[in-house]
Amino acid sequence: MALKMVKGSIDRMFDKNLQDLVRGIRNHKEDEAKYISQCIDEIKQELKQDNIAVKANAVCKLTYLQMLGYDISWAAFNIIEVMSASKFTFKRIGYLAASQSFHEGTDVIMLTTNQIRKDLSSPSQYDTGVALTGLSCFVTPDLARDLANDIMTLMSHTKPYIRKKAVLIMYKVFLKYPESLRPAFPRLKEKLEDPDPGVQSAAVNVICELARRNPKNYLSLAPLFFKLMTSSTNNWVLIKIIKLFGALTPLEPRLGKKLIEPLTNLIHSTSAMSLLYECVNTVIAVLISLSSGMPNHSASIQLCVQKLRILIEDSDQNLKYLGLLAMSKILKTHPKSVQSHKDLILQCLDDKDESIRLRALDLLYGMVSKKNLMEIVKKLMTHVDKAEGTTYRDELLTKIIDICSQSNYQYITNFEWYISILVELTRLEGTRHGHLIAAQMLDVAIRVKAIRKFAVSQMSALLDSAHLLASSTQRNGICEVLYAAAWICGEFSEHLQEPHHTLEAMLRPRVTTLPGHIQAVYVQNVVKLYASILQQKEQAGEAEGAQAVTQLMVDRLPQFVQSADLEVQERASCILQLVKHIQKLQAKDVPVAEEVSALFAGELNPVAPKAQKKVPVPEGLDLDAWINEPLSDSESEDERPRAVFHEEEQRRPKHRPSEADEEELARRREARKQEQANNPFYIKSSPSPQKRYQDTPGVEHIPVVQIDLSVPLKVPGLPMSDQYVKLEEERRHRQKLEKDKRRKKRKEKEKKGKRRHSSLPTESDEDIAPAQQVDIVTEEMPENALPSDEDDKDPNDPYRALDIDLDKPLADSEKLPIQKHRNTETSKSPEKDVPMVEKKSKKPKKKEKKHKEKERDKEKRKEKEKKAEDLDFWLSTTPPPAPAPAPVPSTDECEDAKTEAQGEEDDAEGQDQDKKSPKPKKKKHRKEKEERTKGKKKSKKQPPGSEEAAGEPVQNGAPEEEQLPPESSYSLLAENSYVKMTCDIRGSLQEDSQVTVAIVLENRSSSILKGMELSVLDSLNARMARPQGSSVHDGVPVPFQLPPGVSNEAQYVFTIQSIVMAQKLKGTLSFIAKNDEGATHEKLDFRLHFSCSSYLITTPCYSDAFAKLLESGDLSMSSVKVDGIRMSFQNLLAKICFHHHFSVVERVDSCASMYSRSIQGHHVCLLVKKGENSVSVDGKCSDSTLLSNLLEEMKATLAKC
Amino acid sequence: MIKAILIFNNHGKPQLSKFYQPYSEDTQQQIIRETFHLVSKRDENVCNFLEGGLLIGGSDNKLIYRHYATLYFVFCVDSSESELGILDLIQVFVETLDKCFENVCELDLIFHVDKVHNILAEMVMGGMVLETNMNEIVTQIDAQNKLEKSEAGLAGAPARAVSAVKNMNLPEIPRNINIGDISIKVPNLPSFK
Repeated sequence: MALKMVKGSIDRMFDKNLQDLVRGIRNHKEDEAKYISQCIDEIKQELKQDNIAVKANAVCKLTYLQMLGYDISWAAFNIIEVMSASKFTFKRIGYLAASQSFHEGTDVIMLTTNQIRKDLSSPSQYDTGVALTGLSCFVTPDLARDLANDIMTLMSHTKPYIRKKAVLIMYKVFLKYPESLRPAFPRLKEKLEDPDPGVQSAAVNVICELARRNPKNYLSLAPLFFKLMTSSTNNWVLIKIIKLFGALTPLEPRLGKKLIEPLTNLIHSTSAMSLLYECVNTVIAVLISLSSGMPNHSASIQLCVQKLRILIEDSDQNLKYLGLLAMSKILKTHPKSVQSHKDLILQCLDDKDESIRLRALDLLYGMVSKKNLMEIVKKLMTHVDKAEGTTYRDELLTKIIDICSQSNYQYITNFEWYISILVELTRLEGTRHGHLIAAQMLDVAIRVKAIRKFAVSQMSALLDSAHLLASSTQRNGICEVLYAAAWICGEFSEHLQEPHHTLEAMLRPRVTTLPGHIQAVYVQNVVKLYASILQQKEQAGEAEGAQAVTQLMVDRLPQFVQSADLEVQERASCILQLVKHIQKLQAKDVPVAEEVSALFAGELNPVAPKAQKKVPVPEGLDLDAWINEPLSDSESEDERPRAVFHEEEQRRPKHRPSEADEEELARRREARKQEQANNPFYIKSSPSPQKRYQDTPGVEHIPVVQIDLSVPLKVPGLPMSDQYVKLEEERRHRQKLEKDKRRKKRKEKEKKGKRRHSSLPTESDEDIAPAQQVDIVTEEMPENALPSDEDDKDPNDPYRALDIDLDKPLADSEKLPIQKHRNTETSKSPEKDVPMVEKKSKKPKKKEKKHKEKERDKEKRKEKEKKAEDLDFWLSTTPPPAPAPAPVPSTDECEDAKTEAQGEEDDAEGQDQDKKSPKPKKKKHRKEKEERTKGKKKSKKQPPGSEEAAGEPVQNGAPEEEQLPPESSYSLLAENSYVKMTCDIRGSLQEDSQVTVAIVLENRSSSILKGMELSVLDSLNARMARPQGSSVHDGVPVPFQLPPGVSNEAQYVFTIQSIVMAQKLKGTLSFIAKNDEGATHEKLDFRLHFSCSSYLITTPCYSDAFAKLLESGDLSMSSVKVDGIRMSFQNLLAKICFHHHFSVVERVDSCASMYSRSIQGHHVCLLVKKGENSVSVDGKCSDSTLLSNLLEEMKATLAKC
Repeated sequence: MIKAILIFNNHGKPQLSKFYQPYSEDTQQQIIRETFHLVSKRDENVCNFLEGGLLIGGSDNKLIYRHYATLYFVFCVDSSESELGILDLIQVFVETLDKCFENVCELDLIFHVDKVHNILAEMVMGGMVLETNMNEIVTQIDAQNKLEKSEAGLAGAPARAVSAVKNMNLPEIPRNINIGDISIKVPNLPSFK
């Protein structure tokens, strides 16, 4: 025996171990990918051996390769094998590999349940430990449900090493299986007072993490935590607890009051900066919760601000950063105390560290006033010019807009200045926030009536300038402002100086390169402009001029009619017909201007973003009820132009019944019209619903435009916002002088007047009169809008499931599923298998729900009262933080919990007995059913069955994650009434010149298919690998039978001589279809198509290696270009990756380099560039024929996009 | 919660990656690359916190990193972790590595990534801090190593011999390559237990 072992290890020592692999990779810098694929082949061989040590070594190497980005999911089963090794050394390797590569989608993970359970109860603490560690990374809902009880037991293990791991992992279990929280909670709470500090710390950790998401359920633990806080010396624990209190105080202000003193003491006494910082943070949270009516806490605020100032002034950048971060929290409630440190914060804006600048920017938001806004924004604008990275620049941009637009433009005194700032911002290239600027422009132009004239002049200049058009390729790029510009110029065209000029600018051919939604707005607003020009011309009696404009429209509109964007095309062709009609009328000298401009009569008013949502539901209307019963699942979403202005407005319930009939359609159209009528931003093609706005002219008061004479009326070209700063200063100076004069006069009049009144040298904010009398139109809200704002919660929050009342006593149905040992009474109680337990624990829940609810209500009230009393008692005790009352509620509860637990056990037994005795018939029946479904599952799952896939790799590490488009790589091969064949061809890493063809056979008939044989006619170039001894003409049997409705996969290997060309092989599937009436021989012919792409293997490549490859010069080059592509670049790349087995090496904006390798080792490099509507692909490859064939295939794929 | 722990060198080559949320291999590589880009362009004397990358996490997350000689240690954490606490944790981690490897340098991590994982597993479990006391961690690691050795016993000896021979024959002997040792002494942090 020993000899055998030694022999095994001698064999083994010439295998590569991890160190050899790493060394090898380092020595093969040039052809790393090739070397690694060799190693993977070796690993595959090693995995096939029986020696567990060899396997473990292979898995260890795989873990390393996983870190380098190689998919190792194909070895999942081997990993499980290694996990179940008896030696700790191997077990650890297995669990590590599992923790790195398993996830919820790993299907073999369900095979691990029993192994993990065994390890958890292992006598060796390290076996248990390693299992817990591994499980913490890959726990799934199923594992959590099945193992929750075992882990619960471990929480009271004798060894603290196990206890702390078990406590920690419970958090993961709760997340995956929320039902376990209530049964496990009493024990978790117990662990807060564990004698071992590590276990205690773990328990604090878990409860803090839970409480952070749903704080209100953990308020009752406050006394316990308070005790811990005053007694613990472990800074980690202290920090966690203090952070937890920060989350609890907003719910219970009295807790805050109690906390302030000990926290202040800690701030004064601690030397650990981390603790100090967290204390300050929590004090801030307390102060925020107390902000109303506790004047005597100003001392605490002062202390905090003072400490933070020390942090900010510290030379350590980390402390500076955190100081600013905490300062921004104070800012929300006590802006005054922060404002006094303005100097410091402005100083931080110039810091060389970007993180610190960003934090300072946040603070700036609260620093502005009417007085200094222009100055601060000016400073920011210089930063914008200097900024290197686009992210920081974009951040600056959003901050400028935030600062200016905050609280309804409160601090803006001169809107012309603001518009010119916005216009200046449009010069930023490559920003992602074009839509933000656009939204601001629209908002200001619509709501500040006095500014429209100026805005229109600026916008027409924007439309005229070329630089915006040039950048139109980017999504959300700066070209978005053209959306706003076009709309403003159209809507307020009466203010235009040279409408004809603007009209021509909007009709330029280059406009057609803009994104569709912008073009659509262009088209619509061109008509508005046209209408106003017509009116002008007709009033001036220039009939010819009017006709010329019409001609211009007729000439230019066709370019939009040809647009590929549906919205643009539809609008354009509609309008073109309209204009042609007008032309006819004009030819007959009929005045048309009146009628045309009637199309756009009326005024658009701003509507609050949430207005739609807040319309109260009329009584008796049930929005959830079906109008018609749904027919199918297919969803049809209305296409509408993407709203730039506010997007969240139109979120409608997504699930709608699909089209039912004409009537339904008509009704829906009506509803849509209604909806659009209420949405002023929906640009209408019919004037009717607008009319009612007209009936109420000047809703409030007509704005008085008081034009400041110091501002030139017409600004040539684009303005510089700087000039406004100067002008503003002058203006203010003048105002001040006037005021002073007045003051002096007054002074002279009342020489002995009150000193205080006149001794204010600085002017307060309110003294600055705005440059223009502006009227900021408030946004409209529907009548009797609901004042609710509850809709901010994310329904997909995974932590919502953990929002569970923990104080309520446990119900019987809530106990954790307990796994009994099967070997004791296997034959008697088969239903104790996992799935049965699940059913048991779930079923009663449903039944009892109503009953429970009632009970819960009662108990809740009682419990709540009791709890509230306890907490009240604790909170109301006067300061000396005597923990005396603290343990009272907790021990109380512990006892409760204990008795409950006992009760539970009793019940559990009772249930067991229940299970055993009655209704044996039903049980059997159920069991049978289960087995059947199990069987089905198995056959569907098509595990790499030992018979068929003996020598073949199942999946050659080709990462298939990039399946963005919901497609399958399986394509239809052939079908008839019996069987449907789909196939997927993958290159094989294992052997040169081999491809694996996976054929899925689906039985569609009601007969059983057996004796299936596949015969393929070999060509010179491609041969099928057949079992030894069989001749070329023999068919290869399919290793399974197909019952009706079942599908399964078989894999075949083909050897290819030359891979540079695509080729086709003819084949036939013959089978016997057998049903009750008898058996028939059937045949199905098919053609296997080996495309060049199927010879490629997705191989990752680093950019440096890629660059070297390109430089090497032994690659030939070719390229293709495909037009008319609308798909996003991201999806396009995903498509190429998916269909042609490429991987992205690097991606910059709309340009990406990609790499792949053929099974014979050809390198294929691609450069994919996306233009306006086209995609060009430049390829380089060591074989020119292969490349050109590949590119042809790619062209075909792209053409479908 | 800690979302991910990454170690890579000055060239962005990963030496250890531990993700506590499932990501595909490709995404993992992208995250590593993105993180490297973010971290590597920062000067030495700027703060150790970074608002997260786009891929990992979103606004609640932060990157907290330390740069030792040739290596970056990056922790990606959410707002429930204390920033300074995590900085200290990185320090503890590196000091523990130093103890276990006896003057750790980059090559130790390169060739023994499995051991680094084992050490990390004693500190952080499933994204939550398990142990911050260095002595406790080292004790557990030593005990496990002892267990491993006893398991290898007779059978392990020849393998060890071969690997020693392999190390001798190869031109590249780790210790000869001059990569600066990871300097461990970082003075500016107040002691933290």
